[in-house]
Amino acid sequence: MGEYPVVQSFSYLLAHTPEFVRYGSKPKREIKFNPELGPKIDAHLRGFDEAVSYPPNQVFLGNLHPEDLAKRPEPWWQNPVTDASPQGAYGPFLNQLEFYGFLKIVDQFDLVWFSPEFTKQVRMAINNNALLFENDLEKLGEGKPMNKIKYAIENNAALPLYFKNEIIGSFQRDHDEDEALQADVLLENLVTKASGVVAVRQLLKRANIKPESVDYIMSCSEEAIGDRYQRGGGNLAKAVGEECRLLNATGSDVKAFCAGPVYAMVHAASLVKAGTFDKVIVFGGGCQTKLGMKFQGHLKKDMPILEDILGSMAFLITKDDGVSPVIRLDAVGKHNIGDGSNQQDIMTSLVVRPLEKMGMKMTDVDKISTELHNPEVTVPQGSGNVPLNNYKLMAALAVMRKEIERGEMQKFIDERGMPGFAPTQGHIPAAVPYLGHASEAMAQGKIKNALFVAKGSLFLGRMSRLSDGLSFFMEKNKGNKN
Amino acid sequence: MFKDKLFVAFGERDGVPGPTITEVLKAAGCDVIYQVTECFV
Repeated sequence: MGEYPVVQSFSYLLAHTPEFVRYGSKPKREIKFNPELGPKIDAHLRGFDEAVSYPPNQVFLGNLHPEDLAKRPEPWWQNPVTDASPQGAYGPFLNQLEFYGFLKIVDQFDLVWFSPEFTKQVRMAINNNALLFENDLEKLGEGKPMNKIKYAIENNAALPLYFKNEIIGSFQRDHDEDEALQADVLLENLVTKASGVVAVRQLLKRANIKPESVDYIMSCSEEAIGDRYQRGGGNLAKAVGEECRLLNATGSDVKAFCAGPVYAMVHAASLVKAGTFDKVIVFGGGCQTKLGMKFQGHLKKDMPILEDILGSMAFLITKDDGVSPVIRLDAVGKHNIGDGSNQQDIMTSLVVRPLEKMGMKMTDVDKISTELHNPEVTVPQGSGNVPLNNYKLMAALAVMRKEIERGEMQKFIDERGMPGFAPTQGHIPAAVPYLGHASEAMAQGKIKNALFVAKGSLFLGRMSRLSDGLSFFMEKNKGNKN
Repeated sequence: MFKDKLFVAFGERDGVPGPTITEVLKAAGCDVIYQVTECFV
């Protein structure tokens, strides 16, 4: 077989969670200071159909491609996709009821309480869901009486859970004093787990492999699972693997802020190339705390709150199968500790140096995928168009290296770049949302290769001011197994 | 214009990071009393 591992399959899912926007970090803090914001936020939340037909969401799920999005009229939120389907080519768009269902199904510590009436509603919504495993519906239970739910909210620091603005349940803390086991932290963690579980289950379906054939699973998410003595102890990977019946796998988490997915892909590919494991899954679960992060910009512009969705994704890395796109482990781009922190140094590390290892120039790359944050989310709040900023830097670097003329910068960006379309869920937009599209484009002969470039913000944790990033190069399989 | 002024350099990860702003300001003889890079996504 070929020398390098391949990405044999992938899945991308969205979950519409408007009822969790109030618990996103920014909305929660702002509502606390200014309670009048609560009803204003509510008034700007979208319904499920509106979220489904929002063009960037259709791209994330694979029903449209990034190049289709580039041609669509803007603003995207005012130009929905006609007859948009919640069944994406790469994975489904779960509605809030369905997501509540999976949240309860993956809850092993009785943290999620629903009223009996709501339990029935959830059961009906999820009854025939294609991602259910046997015995899942039993885990919904019969519900808890509303007086117990209200007691927990009023006396035991439980978080109220809402549906259509009515309290339908509560989310429990699991310790009186331990800050790491309070309801908001556990909710954040369980949300990542639930969205990760559905992504991995969808991957198993798409890849048509038995769960027990998987050797290893890795999470690249950004939650911190643990108690007060080991706040980031983690291993969400194994918890998700358990819910997906990966009975012959173990797992571990890769933590690298937003660049986590790219690191995890390189780790997974390296494990397969080394022969340590044969089938490795990498997944990223959704980020509860980032819901509604830019809500102020959306309210100011009288837009819907676009950050009402959790994104999740999963990838299967295996030995070369002669078909799937290849990860070139001889050309991983890394931003070293000793490298400079200006943009030129970062892009040189992540883009130029790995290409030079393969004797290539930037102009030899068909597509470059960078931080694919949806600009319609970030621009109203003044955070700019992140993918475009990155593409401009790369184009400028290509000019400096005399690969293109200054007048060709826009052409470079148009040909090799793409509009952002991923939800602003931290690690989720970090380059890999394009991987599924790239895989399809390679299979159709539209592109030969793609470079995936992601950055991480180490400074956010106040342990280092370092810049960080990693990249990997993926190319069309040459079809020669021997 | 910058003489005797104190600066706080507030950088952005996908734009101009704090250390780069600081280098430029220091080269211009400015006094940077605090620099930070944030990530707005």
